[in-house]
Amino acid sequence: MTEAIARLGRFGIDSVRHLGRASLLLVQVLASMGEVLRRPRLLLEQLFSVGVLTVLIIAVSGLFVGMVLSLQGYYILSQFAAEATLGVMVAASLVRELGPVVTALLFAGRAGSALTAEIGLMKATEQLSGLEMMAVNPVRRVLTPRFLAGFISMPLLAALFSALGVLGGWFVGVGLLGVDDGAWWGQMQARIDWNEDLMNGVIKSLVFGFTCVWIAIFQGYNSVPTSAGVSGATTRTVVHSSLAVLALDFALTALMFD
Amino acid sequence: MSRRESKSTEASRQRAVQLSAGGQNDAPGQGTASLVRIRDLYFSRGERKIFSGLNIEIPRGRITAIMGPSGTGKTTLLKLIGGQLRPDQGTVEVDGLDVHQLNMKELYRLRMRMGMLFQSGALLTDLNVFENVAFPLREHTRLNEALLRKLVLLKLEAVGLRGARKLMPSELSGGMARRVALARAIALDPMMIMYDEPFTGQDPISMGVLVKLIRQLNDAAGLTSIVVSHDVEETSAIADLLYVISDGRVVESGDPRSLRESGSEWTRQFMHGLPDGPVPFHYPAPPLQADLFGEPA
Repeated sequence: MTEAIARLGRFGIDSVRHLGRASLLLVQVLASMGEVLRRPRLLLEQLFSVGVLTVLIIAVSGLFVGMVLSLQGYYILSQFAAEATLGVMVAASLVRELGPVVTALLFAGRAGSALTAEIGLMKATEQLSGLEMMAVNPVRRVLTPRFLAGFISMPLLAALFSALGVLGGWFVGVGLLGVDDGAWWGQMQARIDWNEDLMNGVIKSLVFGFTCVWIAIFQGYNSVPTSAGVSGATTRTVVHSSLAVLALDFALTALMFD
Repeated sequence: MSRRESKSTEASRQRAVQLSAGGQNDAPGQGTASLVRIRDLYFSRGERKIFSGLNIEIPRGRITAIMGPSGTGKTTLLKLIGGQLRPDQGTVEVDGLDVHQLNMKELYRLRMRMGMLFQSGALLTDLNVFENVAFPLREHTRLNEALLRKLVLLKLEAVGLRGARKLMPSELSGGMARRVALARAIALDPMMIMYDEPFTGQDPISMGVLVKLIRQLNDAAGLTSIVVSHDVEETSAIADLLYVISDGRVVESGDPRSLRESGSEWTRQFMHGLPDGPVPFHYPAPPLQADLFGEPA
């Protein structure tokens, strides 16, 4: 019993310590944003590796999610003779919910894990120590450009996901199931609200992007510099990011659509 | 430590002080003969004490080797000198500056005058050889591309790898990677270079090349070199001054010849690579008979 309480206490202390370290790292990253903006090449390189290289998985996933949504939606809506609203249902589901959430989960799995592994390996192979001894701050040179690139990429990727999802849904709904083309686009245009739907989706994706890259760079920077340590950190990035995204999604949805 | 060893250590220290003072700058009171001064240094990792009262002086313009068995904290010592770790107690002065009292900006300015060769080379794996050597120049200077190219090629020429400038780090052998790292370490013309186990895992030819390079660079560029190593032969061949550390303290110091003839059993065991002595062959354990026929532990 005493041992269990002690273990719980240790877990609590470790968690608070980790959170403190992560917060300090975040402050350092945010404080060095100016330098990255002065050297846009560093940012562009990371936008390519964090953002552009994630486009394929996001595009394909968006397309399929939209197609499945359309099939499932048609099955339900047709029972109430409301197939004409299929476009609204697909678009609202995507921009309000699935776009930001599924993109964030895929982003954590593709880009977040890659960021953690890269930073962790740089630590394990003394590249970060080497930078420090060359009087180059690794937080400024390595972490901040990656953080900013992830933060910028996430809403763009979510927008791409939603857009391709709508197209996928249109292909199934209008092309295969025979929903009226005019009703699909017209209803969508009339019912999807700029602030209520689109902007709330953008806010969600910004929050998720911030959280995912913060977790990814912290786990990499804080990893034990061994192969097992880096592999553990990479796994933690995906697990922690996914849980954080789902929990934040609930909180944000409750706040936004109260 | 026995009384005999203490005497021997003291004599060696005096020799070391004479050696360090000779020629370079012996003006009393100016304190410029030593580039690095480590005083009464204590450092622990968790419960394990790494240093307990370490005192070391690194003379300017010389090659000073810090030797000792694996796990004695030699690499840790370099990290303390470079300000990457903070001691529990004691001071580390580099060129008159207390490393651990400097703010981040001052520390980074000091590091620009230090070079470090890591055991792994620590080359940036996404940059080729040329860009690795150019990296510190690009970060800290505003040289135009033509001048930067010339400087990088000269640094690579100094380590014999001008022809390998387009190779990626993954295409280099261990010895070549260390030579590239050495070229990068001297890119900003530092006042000192720290070498972390430069000879470990090298074939005889690479080892010979590194030994020659360390000596040549030190003499040609007027550097101060600190070599951390447990390779007695190679290190003794180039070092002007040796410190042998064990159990968190300096066991003995002096020039290589004097240490080879040392009266200290510990130093003799280390310098001649004897399998048994004050550092026992067996890790502490209960008697073999008890282990084999007694109750299982």
